[in-house]
Amino acid sequence: MLTLLSIIFIAALLAPFVHRLCPKYTGAILVTAPIAMVIWLLKKIPEVGHGHPVTESFQWVEKLDLELAFHLDGLSLLFALLISGIGSLIVLYTQGYFKGHPQQGRFMMYIIAFMASMLGVVLADHLLLVFIFWELTSFTSYLLIGFNHNSPDARNAALQAMLVTVLGGLFLMAGIIMLAGAADTWRLSEIIQRGDVLLAHKNYLPILILVCIGAFTKSAQFPFHFWLPNAMQAPTPASAYLHSSTMVKAGVYLLARLHPALGSSEEWTLILTTIGTITFLLGAIMALGQKVLKRLLAYTTVSALGAMIMLLGVGTSYTIKAMATFILAHAFYKAALFLIAGGITHETGGETSVDKLGGLRKAMPISFACAILAGLSMGGFPPFFGFVAKETWLHALDHYPLLVGATVIGGAAYVLVGFAVGFKPFLGKMPAELHAHEIPLSMRFGPIVLGLCCLAFSFFTGSIGHNLVQPAATAIVAKELEVHLHLWAGFNKAFVISLITLMIGIGLYCSRSFLVATAGRLGVLVKFGPDAAYQFLLNGVLKFAAWHTRVLQTGILRDYIRVTVLTTVALVGAALVRAGGFQRWENLAPVSIRIALVAILMISATFATVHSKSRLRSILSMGVVGFCMAILFTFFGAPDLAMTQLVIETLTVILLVLAFHHFPPFRHGSKKRTRATDIIIAASVGITISLLVLAALHVQTPTPVSDFYLEHSYKEAHGRNVVNVILVDFRALDTLGEITVLTIAALGAYALMKLKPKKEEGGE
Amino acid sequence: MTSIILRTSTRYMFPPLIVFSVYLLLRGHHFPGGGFVGGLFAGSAFALYALAYSVSDARKAFRQDPRDITAGGLAIALLSGIPPLFSSHAFLTGTWWEVPLPMGGVLDVGTPLIFDVGVYFVVLGVLLTVVFALGEEE
Repeated sequence: MLTLLSIIFIAALLAPFVHRLCPKYTGAILVTAPIAMVIWLLKKIPEVGHGHPVTESFQWVEKLDLELAFHLDGLSLLFALLISGIGSLIVLYTQGYFKGHPQQGRFMMYIIAFMASMLGVVLADHLLLVFIFWELTSFTSYLLIGFNHNSPDARNAALQAMLVTVLGGLFLMAGIIMLAGAADTWRLSEIIQRGDVLLAHKNYLPILILVCIGAFTKSAQFPFHFWLPNAMQAPTPASAYLHSSTMVKAGVYLLARLHPALGSSEEWTLILTTIGTITFLLGAIMALGQKVLKRLLAYTTVSALGAMIMLLGVGTSYTIKAMATFILAHAFYKAALFLIAGGITHETGGETSVDKLGGLRKAMPISFACAILAGLSMGGFPPFFGFVAKETWLHALDHYPLLVGATVIGGAAYVLVGFAVGFKPFLGKMPAELHAHEIPLSMRFGPIVLGLCCLAFSFFTGSIGHNLVQPAATAIVAKELEVHLHLWAGFNKAFVISLITLMIGIGLYCSRSFLVATAGRLGVLVKFGPDAAYQFLLNGVLKFAAWHTRVLQTGILRDYIRVTVLTTVALVGAALVRAGGFQRWENLAPVSIRIALVAILMISATFATVHSKSRLRSILSMGVVGFCMAILFTFFGAPDLAMTQLVIETLTVILLVLAFHHFPPFRHGSKKRTRATDIIIAASVGITISLLVLAALHVQTPTPVSDFYLEHSYKEAHGRNVVNVILVDFRALDTLGEITVLTIAALGAYALMKLKPKKEEGGE
Repeated sequence: MTSIILRTSTRYMFPPLIVFSVYLLLRGHHFPGGGFVGGLFAGSAFALYALAYSVSDARKAFRQDPRDITAGGLAIALLSGIPPLFSSHAFLTGTWWEVPLPMGGVLDVGTPLIFDVGVYFVVLGVLLTVVFALGEEE
């Protein structure tokens, strides 16, 4: 698994180069990587179907207990197949969609990298690994949505998707850490066997809520659903892939995966069913009034995700079977419709509104054929796979009349959208100003394969049910179950409800112009929606940042020094007060005459520095203070320090002289009040640091650290100068960090001095 | 500023200062000294040169761009941490070789010395980057 995953990641990295070398066959070359994955997964179906998961594990960071662990069971297999299978078709489609586009290589790179991350999410067995891949999908989807980075709308949508999903990611991380703590393992395959422990654990509810927030943001559940329709700014191949069949299902996957561990509690059912149902209805109703092809599909995607969460929330083995079937059905018809919608827009010169399209059946017969298949499957018409899924779903909700009601409303909306995208652009009269032609060969694979699957799956329901749905459902409920899908289950209650849904849907479609007009009138409500709340919050953060920068970053050096110094005083002072460390004045060594002399010299030099009328004299007096310090070091037996201090002091004087050379003539600019505050600040620093030093004298450690160094310095580090041995051997990593900082500081100083803005240079 | 006395004395002071800075670097392991103070010493020698003559003369005497010396020093320090990795020790663990001397006796040579040489060059380079930049006329 790791090998195949790495190959896909490498393919992503190579994409721009492949595109440069042979732009005509980029897609065809790169698609081999995901196809290899598909073949491998198909070969594993029998093994996994018999309940033998495939596992792989490599040590990564031993001390953190982090392993590259992968685990392929029925649920992972279903998702991985969808991701790599649809992904392969998307890569081919991209080839045609971005034909001649100079940035095609970049797009290929993003989409393949996304595919690999997504595969990582569903295959990884280690929670932290899942999280890493999870964040990678957020990141790559940011790049994909913002692909058209010249458009401000695309940039905003990308940022929005990123902020919402990454914020959710943070919640998820907290949840994951608590989950691993509660289950005492990072391995998902072990966590799902400890459901009893987790359900009884005191952190159960926080874990559930945190994980749910993570999953809901990713899967665009209410109230986080708003980013998904906005994300339609992405180029169509990305929308079709990320926002219909894969990324948005990551949340569904995660919750399904954790169902054996966290499910089967009242809270679980309550949260998931409520949020899922709200999202399901909200998405469906909002879809009714949409005019733009991709937005119609986007809102039904939100709705479908809600449905999956709802079914998962109910959590009986019937609903879970229905959910697994629906995931399959939805992935195929939705991806097909997205690709066709993209094809229509692409071949008609950028037309996106449903109502301005019509009569394309002659110009685009192949697209039309695929659109019929996918559109009818979406509507849930027999004998398409969408119908099979809808039947299983209705059958599973037999005891939940409210949810059946919701399904009827939602299902009717799906019929409308299926018709509006699948039929409307192709039927009727072609507007005069519209020019269209059939999509090129590379773009046909996707719609044809996906469209045919929508139909063909219905005739192999037995095999699909047994090989794909059953292992997945078994993994979700964590007990043996049998899945028998039927195209025709007899003339029963579900079938009648299904028929009613279809009728309502057709009725809705006929009154679509009315619905669109109503939606236009209800547009004012958007101001109170979560999207507006997001904008409000974002603007608030930006305003706060601007205010905060204005106050703290004045650009005046003395302000910076004041802030730094006062913060230090406050923190050190607070620590001192808490420790009560400045009460003991005893045990101080007697002050000898020579030390007193040096101290007096230092104090007078300090006064000279402050009072001097000339800059040079100030600098020199300050140098005197430093040299006295060096003398003090020699008195106390620290020749290394003394020597370094001496050289540093010399250099400081030289540097200051050089720097002041650039300054205008010296004047006593500061006002009395400024000087007074400066005196207070300076005095407080001096006093605090003196107290700190005095307090440090009394800190007793059981065995002084210096003993260790004195003992081991020569024996182990071959050096008698302990100070130096500490610097270059015991604490070499610290020193390495310090010299790196030094280098960066020097480069920064150099840049400040040498690289001035152009216009200033001209002025001088 | 041109002072004949300063220039002449600098001319004679300069080589011993540099030699002394290297001496400080090498003796550092057993006696007061080391790469840091050695680098500062060498840097102040060049700063003296820049004051006595001019920054451009000092730059010529230094031959290299001080920024390159900084980067080189950092690279040396970093590379000195790599040998212990081959004997499955942690990065930067001191590794020592005993080199027999032709006159008899043994010389201990270790990666900490190489690390210290890196520190020496970083300090020297950083110092001169700033001194030269400050001292140059606009």
